[in-house]
Amino acid sequence: MGEFKVHRVRFFDYMPSAIRAMAFNSHTERLALVRADGALEIFNFADHYFQEKVIPGQDGRAVEALCWVGQRLFSAGLNGEITEYDLENLRPRYTVEAYGGPIWTIGSNKQGTLLMVGCEDGTVKMFEILKERIQFQRNLERQKGRIVSLSWHPSGTLIAAGMMDMIRIFNAETGHATHRMLVERGVGASKSREVVVWSVAFLSDYTIISGDSAGKVQIWDGLTGTLVRTHLVTKWDVLCLSVSQDESSLIAGTSEGTVVQFQFISSTVDQQEEEWVRTRTFKNHSHDVRALAHTETAVVSGGMDTQLVVRPLLDKVEKNTQESAMRKIALPHRSLVCCAKKAGLLLFQFPDHLEVWRVGESDGHGKPGDSLPVKRKPEKLIQLKGKGGDHIYSSALSPCGEWLAYSTVSSVRLYRLQYNNISITKVSKLPKDLCLGHQLCFSSDSTKLFASSRHSSVIVVALNQLECKYLHTLKPKSGSRQPVHLLCTSEDGKWLATANTDCEIHVYDLHKRKLHCTVPIYSSCPTAIAIHPTTSHLVVVHADQQIFEYSLVQKEYTEWSRKLQKQGLHSLWLERDTPVTHVTFSLKNPAHIILHDMFMFCIIDQSLPLPESKTLLYNQMTLRSLPEQERIRHSHAFKICKNFKHVMCVSLLEDHSLVVAAEPVLHYLSEVSKRAQTTLSQFAGQYIHVMGL
Amino acid sequence: MAALYEGYTLCGLVPGQTLTNSGIQGIEAERDSDHVVVTDSTRSVTLYKVSDQKPLSSWTVKQGQTLTCPAVYNSQTEEYVVVSDNKVIRIWKDEDILLDKAFKATVSSDVWRVHCLPGGEPVVLFQRGAVRLLDSLLSAPQQPIEEVLAQEEAIRWSTNIVADSQQFVIFTTEQKGDSFLYLHRLNPNTLQRYRLEREEPGLSPLSFSASYRDKHICLLYLYPNGHVYQSVVSVRGLGGDEGAQALPLPRSLLLGLPVGEGLLEAASAQLLDEAHVAVVGVPHPSAGAGKDFLCIWNTNFQTLQAGKEMAGKIYGQLWTFSNKLFIPHGKTLSVIPYECPKSSLASALGKLNNGFINISVNVIIYGFFSLLTQRTNRKTQSAPSLTVDQVLDFTKTAPVEEVQREVEGLLSRADIQDLQPLVGQLASMLVSRSLADPAFYTPSTLAQLVHTQSLCHSVCPDLVLLALERRDFFLCQLCLQFFPDIPEAVTCACLKAFISMPDTEAEKLSLEPDSVSFMETLIARERAPVGLQNGFSSTSTDQDCSDALGGGGRVVIKTGEEDKEKSSTPPEPICPVGLHKAVLLNEVLLTAYSDTFLLPHLKDLSSQHVVLFLQYLQFLYLKYSQDASPQMHGLRSPSLTQIMDWVCMVLDAHFTVLVMTPEAKGLLVNLHSFVKSQVRLVSELGKIEGSLQELNKMKVKKDVGQYSIEIIELF
Repeated sequence: MGEFKVHRVRFFDYMPSAIRAMAFNSHTERLALVRADGALEIFNFADHYFQEKVIPGQDGRAVEALCWVGQRLFSAGLNGEITEYDLENLRPRYTVEAYGGPIWTIGSNKQGTLLMVGCEDGTVKMFEILKERIQFQRNLERQKGRIVSLSWHPSGTLIAAGMMDMIRIFNAETGHATHRMLVERGVGASKSREVVVWSVAFLSDYTIISGDSAGKVQIWDGLTGTLVRTHLVTKWDVLCLSVSQDESSLIAGTSEGTVVQFQFISSTVDQQEEEWVRTRTFKNHSHDVRALAHTETAVVSGGMDTQLVVRPLLDKVEKNTQESAMRKIALPHRSLVCCAKKAGLLLFQFPDHLEVWRVGESDGHGKPGDSLPVKRKPEKLIQLKGKGGDHIYSSALSPCGEWLAYSTVSSVRLYRLQYNNISITKVSKLPKDLCLGHQLCFSSDSTKLFASSRHSSVIVVALNQLECKYLHTLKPKSGSRQPVHLLCTSEDGKWLATANTDCEIHVYDLHKRKLHCTVPIYSSCPTAIAIHPTTSHLVVVHADQQIFEYSLVQKEYTEWSRKLQKQGLHSLWLERDTPVTHVTFSLKNPAHIILHDMFMFCIIDQSLPLPESKTLLYNQMTLRSLPEQERIRHSHAFKICKNFKHVMCVSLLEDHSLVVAAEPVLHYLSEVSKRAQTTLSQFAGQYIHVMGL
Repeated sequence: MAALYEGYTLCGLVPGQTLTNSGIQGIEAERDSDHVVVTDSTRSVTLYKVSDQKPLSSWTVKQGQTLTCPAVYNSQTEEYVVVSDNKVIRIWKDEDILLDKAFKATVSSDVWRVHCLPGGEPVVLFQRGAVRLLDSLLSAPQQPIEEVLAQEEAIRWSTNIVADSQQFVIFTTEQKGDSFLYLHRLNPNTLQRYRLEREEPGLSPLSFSASYRDKHICLLYLYPNGHVYQSVVSVRGLGGDEGAQALPLPRSLLLGLPVGEGLLEAASAQLLDEAHVAVVGVPHPSAGAGKDFLCIWNTNFQTLQAGKEMAGKIYGQLWTFSNKLFIPHGKTLSVIPYECPKSSLASALGKLNNGFINISVNVIIYGFFSLLTQRTNRKTQSAPSLTVDQVLDFTKTAPVEEVQREVEGLLSRADIQDLQPLVGQLASMLVSRSLADPAFYTPSTLAQLVHTQSLCHSVCPDLVLLALERRDFFLCQLCLQFFPDIPEAVTCACLKAFISMPDTEAEKLSLEPDSVSFMETLIARERAPVGLQNGFSSTSTDQDCSDALGGGGRVVIKTGEEDKEKSSTPPEPICPVGLHKAVLLNEVLLTAYSDTFLLPHLKDLSSQHVVLFLQYLQFLYLKYSQDASPQMHGLRSPSLTQIMDWVCMVLDAHFTVLVMTPEAKGLLVNLHSFVKSQVRLVSELGKIEGSLQELNKMKVKKDVGQYSIEIIELF
């Protein structure tokens, strides 16, 4: 196949933010997760844990708690506001001030009619959930000391509230506190420190489970207000709890990075009576576990070390299947790197700023495995700070490198760049229609900007030296209300393809300015799409790792795609647990498709036979050891290179050299550790601030 | 290792008028391990669920009346029994709310206590020493009550115990500074009176605690001077001469607790199990003179196992139920869970030599215990079964061959339940007979007994010395191998005997085959061409010591004969002692010891023997250095650290002598060169470490590079 010159880029020091809270919706199988920078992410657990939606955060917005009410998602935070998210347009729908100081927790009743929040000033506030908004209803009896955690009894009559040094039970109808359960403080030096009840859970048999800062998980009788059992699980804090839907299992996350499982079983074989017994301990995190979700089959945990871990419970899933494998989701399932092929520039997207780099140069030649002398070092040309505190949702760099666009939840910004004498100019007059851009993309000749807008529509804007003009809006016929998450154009400027989270892929004819076709809908969400520059075939990779090639001219799947489907993909290919996030093509060899996930990049040579189920999929090492003549007999279409870890981008420049942006793992881990410490002090600072010290 | 866990508060205390009173009269177990009945010193009885720290119910007598004994729970009838105003017995049930409406009976004499054990019947002990079952008392409440105690005699403490389905009431009294123990057996009633040995004048016991085990009642008592004594009384011997004369009660000192300044005032000791005692109100040995500590001591090893400071005043009261200690202190009654797992000698002492055999420490505990019982109760000692008795008697008189046959037969019978005490008795018997009668000796029987691994040195302290005396070195070897508790003095005596033994005699011995085969391979082994351990190579040190080698020991041969040969091949070390002697010496090297105790005994060795021993140790060291892993066989062999420890100890013990002895010069120089080579090795390692670190840095630098252009090839 040949040699490649690879620009190995490790200076994209992107770091995900710590996970702060999560909520699992068992009806839709969606996990909502919020990070320390306020970014919200939605994962579809029914579709290979694909991260289908992201709403960027905002400076100074610290979300403490999340809550699903049906399909609606609410959050509350230390800024004292309750926010409902618009999951179709990927932005906060509205924000309501609770007027109770910082909010520590949020919850709803089972019926989904009321929302309650626990506030710093000691009040539990009830809000009625109306169709379009929420309305303040009343306060429960005000307590001395903050309300840190809340749980509603399934019947709706009682509410348990975790506070400092105690748990209160409220009668939800009268609003009066009926019981006060004192929680013992830690021993030794921490005896003088108040114990924080970080989490409570109210079960339908009136058992209350609490987790506190003294490291205890306690089981209480909610009817009598008495302590039934204490489990000391850690020296430090029990930060979060989650109970399974059938209330037979309970998990507790600690600040030691462990998750402890309890099950409601009889402790000895002959004993009839069931009790909460500590059963398993999982250690998948290096730092605090701040958020937990107990799905039917798995323990989902996240925290300071930024990774989302899905740990299937082996008694609930079939062993040694893909379902029983543990998943760690460390990086976003979308591309944060944009490569301007013609100019050899890279755009890196961070939550609050953008960086433009020029890759280095080398004129040397070398053997495979060599590092070439770098003649010109890579240089950072521009660092652009986001405006207004809103974090960046999407960004794009034109292939010529002269235009840069980015979008936030509230606006789209366009800049013009010049490199001979580096300068950046904001294009001040943008068309009014260009206010929302979930995805941005430039045409290959850099004359048009495409921005996906509400209800899967795409706004087309013409760019030239003098002005920026709205041309038209492309709309799908399906009437889907979901946002577009993938957008790409063809090299010849004729086609534009969009994919949305309803799994629809629409292709527009840009010359005729109308919808050309809709690719047959496949059950799994597309994770990467691209249009071949010469054949105009659309290549789509889905979350379940399936690959399709669709001919835009014939409006049907290509021969190769049919062959692939007929034969089936190799089982090892299907077992990979990170999605392909980018597809590109080689101009030199039209039969090559280049794609990558987090752990490898792959060049699919369509001219070669597909790997049979028994052949070795990862065969590069074997091929290397074989003599030249024999290689051809053993090679197959999937050429997989696993030299790189944490691959964020693989792109082909115009000079046919590859750019691989990958993170050194060591660097990444040490960064987590360092950041955990600074966050810890920030966290402390923030809390001290909140307490008014 | 016993441990005290984090405690919790059961209830607050309302101290009486005097500060010395905790306000709690007594705590008794209720229906299960989680319920207790607490009686305060005035008017109320409260039932607590311990794990919930919650009172379940409470009963009070009228104003003006006082409770004079702690309430007890009769689990058979589920009733509570208490005495108010000394004479009124009250009985009520859980559902009764008012105590005044409950059953009452007035008796004719003052009651001291009502006792009731789970499953037992309540027993009433009167202040004048009479004992009645509650049922029989209530059938005629006004029945006359006899006076048992003398005029000025008063009860200090009492308890009851069920032993082999017989109920005992045990109480102690005091009369003019003398203390007495009364053992009252019920059905049939017998009473035995014992006189406690006097402690220093004016001191009477502060607290008592009793327990029953192995057919003996064990009484533990604490004196204000910190001495904890144990007295053991056999249950069987009771009932002979009833109440006639107070028998002297033998005692043994279990612990001498530190008391700090002055005497103890409010302190208490409670037996937790056969090896552990909980003590409250005694200073912690490493925490100054404050007496507000709760400690658990191991009585077998006299070691402190766990300690905890209790806030507030200590009242010298302590109760224990089902692994929980109840202790009133300051203004609270705390519950402290504890654990006393079966300990090993190693964990108790802290030091473990790796030659230690892992016999359960039961052996030793039994050893202590049997010695105690022998010492205190020879009279009441009785053999477990008749046939064993016969054998024991038999061994006292029968000729050697028959004894051997009988013991063999006895040991081969698998049905003997408690082999351990039997083996101990047999061994002691045989040893004492052998010591008394020079013509009598049964080497094979003794070896067989040692092989059962049920023996230890403490059970039969004369065995090793007897073996040495009879020059039965095989038995010595077995003892060294199987006894975990050989004192350092005996170890040293063995060493001395072994080293002074002529090789010709040693070679005639038949020894344990494993250890012999290890030595054989070690001596016969071809020197391995590579793989020097610890960096010692004689080649590198030859230049340093070649001149000294000539004068010295027999270790290094071919001294400087041929320079070429020397620089290419180091001399082959030759074992300075014979094969069997070496095997025996290895056994000594493998025993557990403590430096401080061994050192004084080592000084007894003559300089000649010291030099020989050092030469042997040096030989072992050289062999070990040449071969990377001579210990791989799984045979019994000393480790390199053990060898080095012994070298150091012998040098320490005889330093001046060795310096003055001319023969030792070469040896010392050689040992010196060991040290030198070790120092050199360490410095070389230091250099390597530096370079490795440098390498590491370089590698990291390369890895952390932010950017590179590489060529990769795909096939």
